[in-house]
Amino acid sequence: MLDYETLKIIWWLLVGVLLLGFAVMDGHDMGVGTLLPFVGRTDVERRVVINTVGPHWDGNQVWFITGGGAIFAAWPLVYATAFSGFYWAMLAVLWALFFRPVGFDYRSKVNSPVWRSAWDWGLFVGGAVPALIFGVAFGNLLQGVPFHFLDNLMPVYTGSFWGLLNPFALLAGVVSLSMLTFHGANYLMIRTEGEIQERARKAALIFGSVMLLAFALAGVWVSLGIKGYVITSAVDPAALPNPLDKTVSIQAGAWLANFKAHPLLWLVPGVAFGGGLLALFMAARRYPVLAFIGSGLAELGIIGTAGVAMFPFVMPSSSDPRSSLTVWDSVSSHLTLGVMFWAALIFTPIVIAYTSWAYRKMAGKVTTAFIEANDRSAY
Amino acid sequence: MISETVVDLSRLQFAATAFYHFLFVPLTLGLSFLLAIMETVYVMTGKEIYRDMTKFWGKLFGINFALGVTTGITMEFQFGTNWAYYSHYVGDIFGAPLAIEGLMAFFLESTFIGLFFFGWEKLSKREHLVITYLTAIGSNLSAVWILIANGWMQNPVGSEFSYVTMRMEMTSFWELLFNPAAQAKFVHTVSAGYVTGSLFVLGISSWYLLKGRHVEFAKRSFRIAAAFGFASACSVIVLGDESGYAVTEHQQTKLAAMEGMWKTEEAPAPFTLFALPDDARRENHAEVKIPYALGLIATRSTDKVVPGIDQLEARAAERIRQGMEAVQLLELLRAGKADEAQRARFEQVKDDLGYGLLLKKYSEDVSLATPEMIAQAARDSIPPVAPMFWTFRLMVALGFSFFLLFALSFWYSAKNTFQEQRWLLRWALWFIPMPWIASEMGWFVAEFGRQPWTIYGVLPTQLSTSTLTAGSLYGSLAGFLFFYTGLLVVEMYLMFKYARLGPASLGTGRYEGETDLKPAQ
Repeated sequence: MLDYETLKIIWWLLVGVLLLGFAVMDGHDMGVGTLLPFVGRTDVERRVVINTVGPHWDGNQVWFITGGGAIFAAWPLVYATAFSGFYWAMLAVLWALFFRPVGFDYRSKVNSPVWRSAWDWGLFVGGAVPALIFGVAFGNLLQGVPFHFLDNLMPVYTGSFWGLLNPFALLAGVVSLSMLTFHGANYLMIRTEGEIQERARKAALIFGSVMLLAFALAGVWVSLGIKGYVITSAVDPAALPNPLDKTVSIQAGAWLANFKAHPLLWLVPGVAFGGGLLALFMAARRYPVLAFIGSGLAELGIIGTAGVAMFPFVMPSSSDPRSSLTVWDSVSSHLTLGVMFWAALIFTPIVIAYTSWAYRKMAGKVTTAFIEANDRSAY
Repeated sequence: MISETVVDLSRLQFAATAFYHFLFVPLTLGLSFLLAIMETVYVMTGKEIYRDMTKFWGKLFGINFALGVTTGITMEFQFGTNWAYYSHYVGDIFGAPLAIEGLMAFFLESTFIGLFFFGWEKLSKREHLVITYLTAIGSNLSAVWILIANGWMQNPVGSEFSYVTMRMEMTSFWELLFNPAAQAKFVHTVSAGYVTGSLFVLGISSWYLLKGRHVEFAKRSFRIAAAFGFASACSVIVLGDESGYAVTEHQQTKLAAMEGMWKTEEAPAPFTLFALPDDARRENHAEVKIPYALGLIATRSTDKVVPGIDQLEARAAERIRQGMEAVQLLELLRAGKADEAQRARFEQVKDDLGYGLLLKKYSEDVSLATPEMIAQAARDSIPPVAPMFWTFRLMVALGFSFFLLFALSFWYSAKNTFQEQRWLLRWALWFIPMPWIASEMGWFVAEFGRQPWTIYGVLPTQLSTSTLTAGSLYGSLAGFLFFYTGLLVVEMYLMFKYARLGPASLGTGRYEGETDLKPAQ
């Protein structure tokens, strides 16, 4: 079996892979949902938009579910602390997500404009609200979150819901909302034609630009105004996890320390900008597949930048820094990480293989003629 | 210390959302295989009507499935949001099956369900049949992993407590996987799902037959449901007995409560068919007993004793006293003040740590617990008898009535005279809600019967919650009530609408009563 330290690092990477899988797959559905009321003007147009993701949204959503399950299994303390601490934010995400399965399946089953329009806005909420809140959550992680542990390791969150909505966190929310909407717009360009495609292209140009600007601004903000966290005691990465067994200090510029120590890491934000610019350029030139790949790369770069800046921290505590959760001390046992590693290694490629097959089988443009011909069976 | 109110509200919220989720799960489990059977017949015979059956029952499946997915996400969130200490304390073991469920089962089911609905034109007949099977297998595999997780809550094998990390840790993945409690639960639960799916198809088909609508379509659906349902009803009873046997071995408190056994009786113990259990006076009124029956069912022997509540409480009190020592030693260890002998002693008594923690309900400092507190905690170790006794009996009675209904349906469908037995058709129609009631009763027995623990013998419910305020919990409960009521109204509306329309909703032009469903402009 792999040693404990290696597994801890692998699991940091694997959680990243699952987050990226979520952003690339579920992210484009959420983007499509966010754009739905705007790029589809008539009922048939909206059905075209919905049916581009119709066969796939459910499978894609499992990236999100599995990401949550993996954090539970690999980082139980992070799962416990974040979900209970961000109670109302989590419920807002959950309740917004309620609108997706029912929105997709129920919308076109009743022939009433009011009914259908209500579910269209439901799908908008189900796409936009989680996308925004995930960014807000990351924005708060970067600043540190007020929580501490009791002696028995019971996590206690001492902030409020409104405290999460601070300016930097909202900026991070704009980054993630525009990122997923950009990605969704590029996907829509692949699967639609004519006017809908043209509207999606406009949306891609707008949201792609917003994403790049907001990400650049957040980068400047982090380097000038956000303090990072540093472990100041000796770290034994192979030790049994105990988050209270360390000292941590809050220092200006600490979130840049990893980049300074390993200059190659600057490539990660480089990928974000490079992918974003590539996607914008390709969307402008009407090469939607390349644009979609570009926005996927931008997601890799943006999520990766946040992860690399904070490493080894996952959830720093602003009120009691030594309670901060890190890659070393918030993890499961050696055995569990090992078992879960093998499960991920075996099943992730299988999932990717059959998902690709499903997309290949369902490929092609969704048109208004298709919707009219399949009135009863299409979403 | 977490207030009683927060614990009670957290339990209420979890129970309500879990019960609600399980309104949609059994139908998914059962109907997915019925769809696969119908489509198999289509592919083998090439008869269009079987494809229409697959598509129509698939539509109803989809309406149900959407809410299953919606409410399933709640369950995953809720461990973290409302049971943070539980998540920390047992996430090392409990999280693994949940994550593997996502990777292995939920991806499979969810990826192919989309192709099931939208792939009829784009896939070959055989490809489509394969993905229908994969959807069914995926949903049933989900149940495997969820019940492995739940089985571990009932019978926590393959794990031990570590004082360094202050949590339970996995010692054997295989023991977790092959936990006998999980195996028995899985087969019993999915069989119950197959009964639910079968009765759903049987009942709605009966309604068409009673109304004289879509007769050929309904007869074929009825026959398939009767055959599959008969097999499932047999297995749900046999495997339910297996599940009960697992309870005898691992959860004697649950068995004693559901049998209302206040006192230990000589082996083989009688089975109490009817009684009015009185939790306050700790006795039963108006008992009707069948000699020897319980001993034979529960222990499968004539000489093994089934311990009653009196014995179990005495044993619990003993373990609580040993647990007090474990709690105190743990505090020394955590403070770094324990010597080698104390550390060794802790390893000896740590299996009773959970029992010591039961006292936290009465005294934050466990070493100050009085003999009254210990006696009270021992009484807490037995779940309330009356609700256990009655929900269990209701479930079993329903289980046997399903057997009877399906046996008769199967008999008359073999004789091909079922369409004339109007009493049978009416019975099937009015019985549609019953499998749901039986399933929910089953979960009540399983989970309420696990009290006062979240992890049996390891972690008291009292200590498992998050540090939330009662206000937050009232708020979230109100939110769930609002969303879940609205969603249920919408779901039932669509379910009734499409069940009434029947295969006419497919718009094939082959069925009577097709209404115009043109899109609104």
